[in-house]
Amino acid sequence: MTPATEAELAEIIAQAKTPFEIIGGGTRQIGRVEGTPLHTGGLSGISLYEPEALTLVAQAGTPLAEIEALLADNNQRLPFEPYDLRALQGTTGTPTIGGVVATNASGPRRISAGACRDSLIGVRFVDGLGRIIKNGGRVMKNVTGYDLVKLLAGSHGTLGVLTEVSFKLLPAPQATATVLVGEGEATSATTMAKAMASPYDVSGAAHAGGVTVLRVEGLEGSVRYRSEALATLLGGESGPFDWEAQRDVQAFAGRVGDVWRVSVKPSDGPATAEALRKLGAEEVLFDWAGGLLWVLAEAGSDLRAGLTSGHATLIRGEGQAFPPEPSPLATLSAALRQKFDPRGLLNPGRMG
Amino acid sequence: MQMPTPSADILARKTEIVACLRQVLPASAVIDDPFETKAYECDALAAYRCPPLAVVLPASTEETAAALKACHEMGVPVVPRGSGTSLAGGALPTEDSVILGVARLTQVLETDYENRFIRVQSGRTNLSVTGAVETNGFFYAPDPSSQLACAIAGNIAMNSGGAHCLKYGVTTNNLLGVKMVTMAGEIIEIGGAHLDAAGYDLLGLICGSEGQLGVVTEATLRILAKPEGARPVLIGFDSNEVAGACVADIIRAGVLPVAIEFMDRPVIRAAEKFTHAGYPDVEALLIIEVEGSEAEIAEQLGKITEIAQKHNPVELRESQSAEESANIWKGRKAAFGAMGQINDYMCLDGTIPVSKLPETLRGITALSKQYGLDVGNVFHAGDGNMHPLILYDANKPGDLELCEAMGADILKLCVEVGGCLTGEHGVGVEKRELMHAQFGADDLEVQMAVKDVFDPKWLLNPAKVFPLDASEGRR
Repeated sequence: MTPATEAELAEIIAQAKTPFEIIGGGTRQIGRVEGTPLHTGGLSGISLYEPEALTLVAQAGTPLAEIEALLADNNQRLPFEPYDLRALQGTTGTPTIGGVVATNASGPRRISAGACRDSLIGVRFVDGLGRIIKNGGRVMKNVTGYDLVKLLAGSHGTLGVLTEVSFKLLPAPQATATVLVGEGEATSATTMAKAMASPYDVSGAAHAGGVTVLRVEGLEGSVRYRSEALATLLGGESGPFDWEAQRDVQAFAGRVGDVWRVSVKPSDGPATAEALRKLGAEEVLFDWAGGLLWVLAEAGSDLRAGLTSGHATLIRGEGQAFPPEPSPLATLSAALRQKFDPRGLLNPGRMG
Repeated sequence: MQMPTPSADILARKTEIVACLRQVLPASAVIDDPFETKAYECDALAAYRCPPLAVVLPASTEETAAALKACHEMGVPVVPRGSGTSLAGGALPTEDSVILGVARLTQVLETDYENRFIRVQSGRTNLSVTGAVETNGFFYAPDPSSQLACAIAGNIAMNSGGAHCLKYGVTTNNLLGVKMVTMAGEIIEIGGAHLDAAGYDLLGLICGSEGQLGVVTEATLRILAKPEGARPVLIGFDSNEVAGACVADIIRAGVLPVAIEFMDRPVIRAAEKFTHAGYPDVEALLIIEVEGSEAEIAEQLGKITEIAQKHNPVELRESQSAEESANIWKGRKAAFGAMGQINDYMCLDGTIPVSKLPETLRGITALSKQYGLDVGNVFHAGDGNMHPLILYDANKPGDLELCEAMGADILKLCVEVGGCLTGEHGVGVEKRELMHAQFGADDLEVQMAVKDVFDPKWLLNPAKVFPLDASEGRR
């Protein structure tokens, strides 16, 4: 089913007797869902764009590429650098902005500009009873009522089907530079922490294959100044780096094995990687100043036993995709889901 | 403004309720002397006052849990209180409620510079969080103007902002985790030093829930490395429209200052008279601040002044020293106090799309004429958060009601142009009944269903946020 309007979508859900699998572009599916495919692609189009207010509103089924192209024409961008997992997951659809929000997809700039949920300022959605709900709006400072905007971000279509999303934007930078420091994994966490503790506004900090990389962005003179200062501070030098490949985890695309996405306290990164290797991890890429580990592991490995902080999601492979929550939180989450979707129609099986 | 009728049953059981609280808490943590509870009769929305049944001041998460559990079992409503600086009546008690103050929870529990966070008890003041880390070159970014007094607990409850949100975001963007006690007395931990939630973003839901879902006792906060320097420029214009156009051009040009503050003529005059900051007598004044090294500041200010010059400013003054910077900010920071020297005032907090500024200011001027009350405007121009200050005379019968009616009309205007009722102060009791102007019945129903999950009996701060007619069946 592919409703063409929000009202039609609301009607479909209100009348439904059996569950749905909600699909934007079908490029970020994690875990399995049994249900009638319900596509949001019919709800497409940018409803409002005010560059001078750094605001964009789009229907949930709008292709991400359409939004990014429009923003690029105006020297602006989505701050959180959403990743594209098509190559990694082997999917071929067209990524939509609704899918980005539903999965809270956030790239390397997460450490300075926040996650998708931090730039998301408004949502409209249809809940499991077929009610059309709005929350937040199109202004970047808004504390009117509860913040369901954050709750919907990353809820993987289990609380409602998104129909419209609003964002706070950022200017695109005039210049970008990367400082590279050759070193092993064990010392990389300290290097990245040192960079993040500097006043040089680092917008990307990653490590893989014996190199730690630090990114700065902004006005030309400023980028020159900060990249030089960082290189001096860390004993590195400026050089090229493919941040898009980093963002999309291209290093693991087409390779055999499961892929995990692990979020930990940054200083726990190297020790966590060591623990995960004992459980079947074959290769580890660090992002988010060491707080995010992309892990390629032997198929069927269970890496969760190796964590001392944070959580792990199985992005590619067979097994429990979503991390289990500790009991009081799991109880609250289940109760919330029951309120938003009492009939269990929306993506059953996803998120616990 | 209406509050629900207090429960006669609870009032009659006061002695028993206080005795029960004294059983689970140290004697010094329970206050029921009417002279002492009077200190808790209002917050910064001082027009409304009502002493609570009793006050509890727990010194730990465990004591907080014990107090909440006892109140839950006795069916007594609880109103959480940080430092009582809410301008929206978020901490206003009812006669049948127990105030739970976090004022004794002030410790720093952990500072971790490597992972850039600090863990504090929630009664600690906003400014003292920065105070705890600044010698190491760090700061906590959200900076509400009450930051000297306001508590982190209140910042989290109201999702407080400040003047520098354009770059650093508001509380929710700088909050990594909480330890919280539910109304039933259960202690839960959400988030921590790692980024983003495993399941639903409960942290995002708690932040800004106005103390209705739980009482936060500890918070893990992001701390940031201090910039090398900061400098403001002051730009005066002879019309609001031109000032608005200048802000739009600066943002379009790709410069992102840390703050863009806007003041209109009534506020400029009051601030100048009060502080002698040296403000020009113009229609609209912008204070724009940028950060970075000397060279970076110069690069950004160069771009900003180039754009501003195209709009023929009446005055453009770039700070040349720390003293001049302080002077430029002095008038803005004292603006509310300066207006208070003229008269009593009510401070509003609506947000509008920045493109609607001229239209909204014209609407406010028309309302000012219609109601016969003067109004001054202070505005976080980068993010659209307005603070119209309506002047009235508290000693003149009917003036407060007139001012409230005008305030309601201004906020409805903010919603009509695409904005919202409150950008950073919260709904509290002040804007509770206006929620119908922004939300439909289903929008409110879903939000109230969230409270049903965390507090099924609706005992925690029950008469806030939602219009009384909408929440009546639940309370």
